[in-house]
Amino acid sequence: MVGITSYGGYIPRLRLNRGVVYGANAWMAPGLIGSAGGERSMANWDEDSLTMAVEAARDCINGFDKSKIDVAYMASVNFPFEDRLNSGIMATALNLNNSLDSADFTASMRAGASALAAGVNAVKSGDFNNVLVAAGDRRITKMAYTHELLAGDGAAAVLLGSDNVVAEFKCSTTVTEDFADHYRGEGEQFDYNWEERWIRDEGILKIVPSAIQKLYEKAGISGKDIDRFVMPCMFPRVPAQIATMMEIGAEKAADNMHAVCGDTGTAHPLVMLITELENASPGDKILVAAFGQGCTVMLFEVTDNISKMSGKRGIKGSLADRKEEHNYIKFLSHRGLLQQDQTMRAEANWRTALSALYRNRKMILGMVGGKCTKCGTAQFPKAEVCVNPDCKSVGTQEDCEFANQPGKIKSYTADILTFTPDPPAHYGMITFENEGRGMFDFTDYEVGKIEVGLPVQMVFRIRNIDRQRNFTQYFWKAKPIITKEEA
Amino acid sequence: MAEGIRDKVAIIGMGCSKFGERFDCGPEQLMVEAFEECIKDAGINRSEIQAAWFGQCYDELGTGKGAPGLAISLRLPYIPVTRVENFCATGTEAFRGAVYAVASGACDIALAQGAEKLKDTGYGGLPAIDGVNSGALFGQTLPNISAPGAFAQLASAYRAKHNIPYDELKRAIAHVSVKSHANGVKNPKAHLRKPISIEKVMGAPLIADPLGLFDCCGVSDGSACAIVTTPEIAKSMGKENLVSVKALQLSVSNGEERGYKDWDGSYFATTRRASKAAYKEAGIKNPREEISMFEVHDCFSITEFVTYEDLYISPEGGAIKDVMDGFYDADGQIPCQIDGGLKCFGHPIGASGLRMIYEMYLQLQGRAGERQLSDPKLGMTHNLGGFPFANVCALSIVGRYE
Repeated sequence: MVGITSYGGYIPRLRLNRGVVYGANAWMAPGLIGSAGGERSMANWDEDSLTMAVEAARDCINGFDKSKIDVAYMASVNFPFEDRLNSGIMATALNLNNSLDSADFTASMRAGASALAAGVNAVKSGDFNNVLVAAGDRRITKMAYTHELLAGDGAAAVLLGSDNVVAEFKCSTTVTEDFADHYRGEGEQFDYNWEERWIRDEGILKIVPSAIQKLYEKAGISGKDIDRFVMPCMFPRVPAQIATMMEIGAEKAADNMHAVCGDTGTAHPLVMLITELENASPGDKILVAAFGQGCTVMLFEVTDNISKMSGKRGIKGSLADRKEEHNYIKFLSHRGLLQQDQTMRAEANWRTALSALYRNRKMILGMVGGKCTKCGTAQFPKAEVCVNPDCKSVGTQEDCEFANQPGKIKSYTADILTFTPDPPAHYGMITFENEGRGMFDFTDYEVGKIEVGLPVQMVFRIRNIDRQRNFTQYFWKAKPIITKEEA
Repeated sequence: MAEGIRDKVAIIGMGCSKFGERFDCGPEQLMVEAFEECIKDAGINRSEIQAAWFGQCYDELGTGKGAPGLAISLRLPYIPVTRVENFCATGTEAFRGAVYAVASGACDIALAQGAEKLKDTGYGGLPAIDGVNSGALFGQTLPNISAPGAFAQLASAYRAKHNIPYDELKRAIAHVSVKSHANGVKNPKAHLRKPISIEKVMGAPLIADPLGLFDCCGVSDGSACAIVTTPEIAKSMGKENLVSVKALQLSVSNGEERGYKDWDGSYFATTRRASKAAYKEAGIKNPREEISMFEVHDCFSITEFVTYEDLYISPEGGAIKDVMDGFYDADGQIPCQIDGGLKCFGHPIGASGLRMIYEMYLQLQGRAGERQLSDPKLGMTHNLGGFPFANVCALSIVGRYE
């Protein structure tokens, strides 16, 4: 049996109220009212497609022996790097074994589903045992464009394999059509979109059903066999319409999550699938259809193992960790869509020494420290000479992962002087359960609610963007664990 | 067995430029201004200087790397000149180099000069940490930290350790700044010369919580210098009221604070180590009874506050009481920052350590004018550079040569 063996989700904590977007733009784009309900997820300034995918992947592989992962795929249409393997950065951040096949999937809204299908094939081939597939998108649109309201930021990840399958892969089909509902040419920042009615009537409503029909024939099933129908779509009523056409039944069509998060691009088929898995019962058959220059359709059947997934944050847990944002200017600023005075302090030269980054990749990207084999002291970073003043042994340290170490704030400040896109900058000393410690930036904090002793978790984030060379530099930050009552 | 530096070297001349936003002057002019005062005080010819140490931290804003910046500005006669840099201890390091050279017998007369030109930065505060110039690895992993933010954390840890309410500590550190401003009013060379009130300090905009504007020292340009020789040579030159070096100590973090479980974030491990060594070197048994006056590295009020304890003058957890009792005020038992401190002088990094020694020297010679304390015998200066979790601490003790 081949299928999904685990899953994880990540939706950023900030949720932009769409009403404020509409309110700011109604004077010139009154038509936005049609999509202005609810809220969309909003990446913090230090989050991008990659950091979100890493967080989803961490959720997914938590508790799994990651040395067994032999493939890492990542999908996005907003990769931070056009030429530098993004899935390779993800694999390093996750501290995966480097005996790993990896690839980036991009250039279509279908890329997440394509990565999923490729992962299934990798396991079915017998050449690979455990395939991690992550998709993440922080989609940048022009301001006041409908897609600014329709899109959300988020990521999802699944692990594919043949042991302890929670959702068995049954069948898939793909049709490929050069249907350019939108495109983004080389070097462009924004998509160019064609007329919505044409996309709906000539594209989605013809291409998706034809792909589903092919799957019915290949699998020997009919629409009546399907329990849930997952299809990301910017037209809220179209999935139910297709479910009716294909005899699945309109009530089986999953909600597109517009009200709570928006369409997360290549991640959305996985985000919606995981949302279904979070509510699924053994035996449920879930049909996933991902549209984008054709359509990939995949059929899964939920197994008894689904109950083992209850500890995951997933999409449900991510959506529950929520902070409303009403500042549209902040949203635009975080996405680099406004020219902002950032003071002279922001002019510092942040060129990254790539040789130093490579040499220290485990520390910087993977948050791997050291543990002295002589005295047992965990320390970050790993050093040639043990930090324990009573030990100081040389060359005795083995790798010690810190990313999942629970931490606590030992000292902190809220700094107004230093430049940060989201002042005041919070940072301080974090002490970990393993008695290691370090100075880290904080992120996703509540101003005025930081105290010594507050628990934190470490998260993979953008540390700095070298605008001069367009290089995104990543490191780990401390995220205060805020309970609902505190928020 | 080494016996330390005590009474092996005497200061025969010192100089200090006016500190401030010296937009009209470069480091070259500031150095000449301080040096002219110094060499007149010493009563020697510049050709008698046999070696020099030059302290400058931000070479990119000053005279560039290397030592020629000092040698060229002063037209020194092709003598050995060494540039030193060790964060905020840079000025004291220059002094240490000159003093050790004389003590070793390598030369008879040496110059220590520090200078810093900060006000070509274009903005307030110290220059922002630059990724490239901060070291390849350091620049990729350090938090987005500023100087006030690094030191502000002391307050959070000190409060947690001693269970002190936010406002109580805020008020105590406000008093630290108020006291220094009251002293600075009397010093014509200080940058800031206005008295301030507790209310003004408490109500000022925050820079890095809990530090507000008046919890932070000024940023200024300046230079200070010293000429040193042996007490024997000084006496042979007819010098009286000699001021000699009693102790020079340095302690440098080795990463334990940042990486090992013991440090609680509320104090300076280096200062505790350096002060014990300095008292031993100077033959001081009880600093609270024996030190007449001292200059602490008050880059921020909280730094001065915790340093009272790290120097073993206030008992641990007792700094609030001493501060509020006026123990460190000009009329208190041990006046601290009698010249106004970094708070009023600002902190041209390479100059600060020597500027502190300059005040101790004036006081010990009874030449401090309006600020003159009655009969001081021992003066201590303290510099703390870097971050509380990784720093350089320098201490000097000077006193009457008897």
